[in-house]
Parts: sequence; C-alpha cells; structure tokens
Amino acid sequence: MAEIVTTTDAPVPLWSLPMKNFKPLLREPRVVIAGGFLLLLLLIAIFAPYVAPKDPLEQDLMLGNMPPANYPGAEPGFWLGTDDLGRDVLSRVLYGSRIALTVAFVAASLSAIIGTLLGLAAGWYGGWADRLISRLVDIWMAFPPVLLSVLLVAVLGSGLHSVIAAIVIIDWTRFCRVVRAETMAQAQLDYVMAAETIGFSRSHILWREILPNVAPVLIALVSLEMGIAVIVEAILSFVGLSLSSDIPTWGGMIAQGRQMIHQGWWVFVFPLIALFATVLAFNQLGNGLRKALDPVMRR
Amino acid sequence: MTQPLVAIEGLSAISTRDGGAPVLRDVSLTLEKGEVRGLVGESGAGKSTIAKALLGILPSTVKVTGGFIRFEGRDLLTMPRRELSDIMGRDITLIPQDPQTALNPARRIEAQLTDGLRLKLGMSKKDAHQRALQLLDEVQIRNPDRVLAAYPHELSGGMRQRILIASAFALNPKLVVADEPTTALDVTVQKEILRLIRRMQEAHGTAVIFVTHDLGVVAKICDRVTLLYAGKVIEHGATVDMLTAPRHVYTRALIAAGPRYDRPNAGLEPVPEAVFRQLRAEVGLAERGI
Repeated sequence: MAEIVTTTDAPVPLWSLPMKNFKPLLREPRVVIAGGFLLLLLLIAIFAPYVAPKDPLEQDLMLGNMPPANYPGAEPGFWLGTDDLGRDVLSRVLYGSRIALTVAFVAASLSAIIGTLLGLAAGWYGGWADRLISRLVDIWMAFPPVLLSVLLVAVLGSGLHSVIAAIVIIDWTRFCRVVRAETMAQAQLDYVMAAETIGFSRSHILWREILPNVAPVLIALVSLEMGIAVIVEAILSFVGLSLSSDIPTWGGMIAQGRQMIHQGWWVFVFPLIALFATVLAFNQLGNGLRKALDPVMRR
Repeated sequence: MTQPLVAIEGLSAISTRDGGAPVLRDVSLTLEKGEVRGLVGESGAGKSTIAKALLGILPSTVKVTGGFIRFEGRDLLTMPRRELSDIMGRDITLIPQDPQTALNPARRIEAQLTDGLRLKLGMSKKDAHQRALQLLDEVQIRNPDRVLAAYPHELSGGMRQRILIASAFALNPKLVVADEPTTALDVTVQKEILRLIRRMQEAHGTAVIFVTHDLGVVAKICDRVTLLYAGKVIEHGATVDMLTAPRHVYTRALIAAGPRYDRPNAGLEPVPEAVFRQLRAEVGLAERGI
C-alpha cells in the first residue's frame, strides 16, 4: 500500500500562505541573508528621519569636505564625512535608500503586472493575441534599453514618476516573455486537460490553475527586476535626469562625488557601496527564491 | 434491443496541420452500458483522438469531416455548448495518462478532488469533504484526512493515480475514458490500478473506454476490444475471441509480437513487412514508410 512520502527538500507551492510554506525558503541561505539585508534597508528607508544623524540637506560651508571618522581632520558626528557643501554623507546615503526602494518596488510591481497580464493572454489564448503581443515584444526589445530610458525621461520630463514610467515601459517585456513561455509549458500538462473535462471555463483555468504554477518564477523575476530598477534609477540620477538635486539619490551623489574624487573620495564611494550591496541583494534574493520555489513546479 | 450508451457512426477526421491527412477513417463502434472496451493501436492509430472527441476536447488542429458520436442517442458533435458542458465532467469523465502531471502541483488534493462535486452537483464544502473521504476509502487510501490536506508532490505515483480514479468516479458517471492510465506506472502498481478500475467500474455500473497499446492490459481488464490502424478499425470483438482466435493478420502478428511468459522461446516476432503492406492497401495509404 502506498504511503505518504515526505521528501526532505520538497519545496512547497506558495499560493495559500500558511506560515509553514515559508520554511523551505528559510532553508535557502541566500534568501535569508539577502532578504534580511533588504528588510533592514526597507526599515531604514521608512524611518530615515529617525535613523539619520543629521538633516541630509543641511549645508555648512565651514564643514565642507570633512573625511570620515578615524581619518585625520575628521569632524565628530559626521561618520562618513561631508561633501563639498558640508552635508552629512551618511545621512544622504540613508535618505537615498528611500528613492531607490520606492523606484524598485513601484516600477518592478507595475512592470510585473503589465507583463504578466500580456504574457498570460499570449501564452494561454494563443492565436492573434499571441502573434500581436509577441511581435510587440520583439519590436520593443530591438531598442537599446538605457538609451531608450534616457530618451523617455527626456520626453516625459524629469521626476520620480517619469523614472518609474520609463522603467515600466521598457521592462514589462522581460515579464511578458517569461510568463508567456511558462504559461505555454503549463498548458501542455494533463492537469489543465483534466480541468477542461470537468467543465471549468478557460479564464477560470488560467487564474486558478495555471497562474499559481507560474507564480514562483514570477516572484523570482520581480526580485531581479527590483535590482535592475535600482540600477536604472541610479543611471538616470547620474546623468541628472531623475530628481532635482536637492533630493538625495545614490546616482546623484555618485555624479557629484565623481567631480571631486581627488579631494574627497568618500562622497563617491559610500553611495556606490550602498548601490552595489542593494543590487547584489536583490539579485541573490531572486536567484535564491528561484531555487527554493522552482523544482516542484517542474514536476 | 435497448439503445447503446455510445454509438460512434462513420466518424472521420483530418489533421489541419498535416496538410489534411486523415486521422480517423470512417470509424464506427458501439458501447453498451457497463462495458469495458479496449481501444488498441500503435501511436498515431487514432485511439487518443477518439478519446478526446468523446470528452469534447479535440485540439484545434483536428477537424471532424463526417459522422456522429451519439451519447444516449444525442450527437455530441452538434450539441449546443451548454448541454455539452452539462454532460462533460458529470456523465463522461477522464482518467488521465500521467499521474505526475494530471494533478495541479499548487493545489491541495481536497480542492482538486472536490472540484467536480462542487461545480456540477453544487455541493457545500462540508458535504464535498465527506464525499471525498468516502471516495478515498473506496479507492483504498488509508489515512484519508492526511491525503486530503496534502499537495500532489507529497504522494507517490500509485497514490496519485488512485486519487485520479476516485475523482473520475466521484459523480457516478455513465462513461469513463481512461487514457493509458497505467503506462506511467511500475508494473507492480499497474496490476493494482487495473484491478481497482475494474472494481470501481463494476460497483458504479460505469462503461469504460480503455485506451492502451498493451495487449496484456487489454487481456486483464477489457470485455471487448477495437483494434485500430492509421485511423481505421481493423478488428472488433470480444477480448477472449480476439486474443485466442484473431481473424485479421495484423491482430495475429501483434499477438505474436508480444512476449509469452508461458513459452519463453516464442513471441517478440516483429510484425512482417507484408502485413503492413496489406494494411496500407486496406486503409488506402500510399506506399511509404511508417
């Protein structure tokens, strides 16, 4: 008589979300470390006014170009030094996480929603819907992405909304392609045929049977996309197309620090480290999630 | 004589993808209530196409060019969609081929087993749960509570196939289409599953169309057999007659091609080329490779 087999590395579908479904995720070290870091960053972004030691906009020309603590000539209280206008680098880096994470979450979610809807439609309904959407994606992907985003922001005007819009307009194709392929693969499986013979409608099968099985790939992809969004925002800030210069952004700080790298390397290096660590964490989280969630979905 | 449960009359179909190549040629067969009928043939013989036509899930690449499928006297092919969806899933159900993929990995067994009960019979969640427990008992699954709460990947292949059988018989259908339900299983599990299908079929008085390419499976479970080649019916008959006294040379050659446990030195004869030549001539296929 057959028994219940409990496999050790059985990843669990995460659709209904009781707590025990998260256990396999917590066994993946990359998810724990990268996820922990990003959670910390999120808390910093939310509570920036309480965490930051100084006002990030407060200038004091008498205290310009102070080096970080422990360097000769450091000013107490300015842990990572000050820029040429005497603003506290640490506070500016902490405040910069607000813009980075806002762009990451909003832009990645919006492009995921748009790309997923179109990908599901193309993969499930096929026919002219598939031809139309696939051609659109092909055309879209022929544009060089960074150039296109610079162009888009130039047209839309600078500002947070434009940056997010530019990322969404460019990156929905990423989701669309993956979701379409995954939907087509799932549609071949017998459980879809079984659902059809029971008499469920096409749309019911798409939302209730197929989407939950596409979700793991989608979640991993959202995390990767957040990393990309942070980079793109930094690029746009760097070329001065993102936000007005009085709002601290990592890209803006890097651009500013680049010009005075010989007088004060710290203005350049610390936002770069923050950017690097954040993007790395998003990528590692995405890869970890993919590994933790995927195998069972292939069965 | 009473009306047969299913009467397929002169069913012909072509593949739209393959330049209009015929996939079914004038197929006729009748199925009585409570009968187990084997549909046997090589790959591409059209057995799965017949099964899919009965279930109303013919792929868009297959086009029916003539004939009827009468279910209790009503033609399934011309029936309005509404009436058809009443029949499908209630009177005609499916036991799928591969238990690995036939259950949705993201949904619990309970949800999947009670889909039909809730959709077709409008049962409450609680009633459906009771019925599901009963069904699992019927297919001899121990600790049904744990199984209902499990996800498919937590169960073995044999267990999953039992659940699919339970789900196929859940609404007391009149016809169950079993699409090679044992090919993906171990030989030892196969035997149990065949016995289970037979017992369920007898208990519910259900007719079964059993699609397979395995004559050994046919011998164990089917009352009557229909042998197909290239979309054409080659031979009909009671299983005993067909396996002991085949009329057609192809049937004879197929039986000779199977292993014989009682005579280890006989069997495993490839089907002679002359037989294929005769078959192709009968079916009307042009002379070419298979």
